[in-house]
Amino acid sequence: MSKAPPLLEIKQLRRLMVGPVTLEVDVGDCLCISGPSGSGKSLLLRSIADLDPHEGSLWLNGQPATDILPQVWRLQVGMLPPESAWWLPRVRDHFRNGVPVPLEQIGLQEAMLDQPVIRLSSGEKQRLALMRLLSNRPRVLLLDEPTANLDPENTQRVEIVITEYRRAHKAAVIWVSHDTAQIERIANRHYEIRNGELLSQAIAGQQWLS
Amino acid sequence: MVELSVVDLALAASLVLLLALLSMRLQYSISRQLLIAAVRTAVQLTLIGLVLKVIFESASLGWVTLLSAAMLLVAGREVMARQERRFKGWWGYAVGTFSMFLSSFAVTVFALIVILGEDPWYTPQYAIPLLGMLLGNTMSGIAIAMDRLTHAAWEQRHIIEARLMLGERWDEAIADYRRQAIRSGLIPIINAMAAAGIVSLPGMMTGQILAGAPPVEAVKYQILIMFLIAAGTGLGTLAAVTIGSKHLFDERQRLCLDRLRHP
Repeated sequence: MSKAPPLLEIKQLRRLMVGPVTLEVDVGDCLCISGPSGSGKSLLLRSIADLDPHEGSLWLNGQPATDILPQVWRLQVGMLPPESAWWLPRVRDHFRNGVPVPLEQIGLQEAMLDQPVIRLSSGEKQRLALMRLLSNRPRVLLLDEPTANLDPENTQRVEIVITEYRRAHKAAVIWVSHDTAQIERIANRHYEIRNGELLSQAIAGQQWLS
Repeated sequence: MVELSVVDLALAASLVLLLALLSMRLQYSISRQLLIAAVRTAVQLTLIGLVLKVIFESASLGWVTLLSAAMLLVAGREVMARQERRFKGWWGYAVGTFSMFLSSFAVTVFALIVILGEDPWYTPQYAIPLLGMLLGNTMSGIAIAMDRLTHAAWEQRHIIEARLMLGERWDEAIADYRRQAIRSGLIPIINAMAAAGIVSLPGMMTGQILAGAPPVEAVKYQILIMFLIAAGTGLGTLAAVTIGSKHLFDERQRLCLDRLRHP
């Protein structure tokens, strides 16, 4: 019996100074990537979301990205950029599929949905952008510092929501983070990006696993 | 019709000179451009007057075609020059020129054959002025719309890409900016039609009246021209924005801002 293909497979991916990156991401993985700014973490995520031209190939459930319509690929491999963007006047207008979890779980109130976007703080927008992404039900989440503007309490709330989403929807997460404590809390794999290549790192407190 | 002498034109030129001196005194640093433009007007119009004289006398399809092509190519260059962030390479020239060719030529030929019905249909006295007016207006519409579109793509790239990340197709992600671009390309002609006769007497009609044509006949021609210009500008702008916005994305529907030139 042949083994089921990994959820996401990245083969020899190259983009500008990034790569070659080869990676298999399985259902339930939470893979953290860290590295100094300018090392290409965001470029790597953008390439995986197929937003930038790149060399190499991407596979989802054994199917090559080139066989999947780009808009369908991005629905399933959803990226959360570091700065959220909004284009309609009210928050609710951006949620065509409804809100995936009660907003109280991430420290926000339901009433916020009816507010004009310009009234929100960057931390509120970041959490709402995450909700907007999750409402698409992606199989792979590409998160570019999703808790960068948050206080410790809300950071933890977001971590819990993402972990629960990953379990409930058999999803995988690739998470760019600088916070070693956060990586210890959430990741089962950790890579550091150096000279464009991913180097596997041990996760403190989890050595006993290996 | 009162025939104009060289002295009459010199008198008019003295007004422009006066304006140039005034702006020089006030240090508005526009006098140079103003004078160059004034000289260009005089030289270009004199030349085209001579060319038209020859072409009207020959009345051959070959000459009309040649002049039309020359007008199109110059208009295409003008459209390109008026865009700050135009497409790199030959695309920057081709989008505008092709869209103008599509709309202005189609509308002109339609007007010549179906509406005016002169024999032969390419009678230069009708064909050349009509095409000229259409090209001139379509050119502005397309230039404004394309400038608006490429600007928006650059300024709002975060929004466009955020929408792509959420699984929208390229045409959904750029739809708002496409609509705005087409709108801004059409607003001048819409305003001109709305204000015609009340705020302004359009130039062509004024010219005919000055030349002694009965006002009602001049008005009929003006209405015809306005409608042709609206159709030509609309079609041209639509074509340019459609082609241009598609070229902002590649085959994997990625926003390709590297296809735009930096100002």
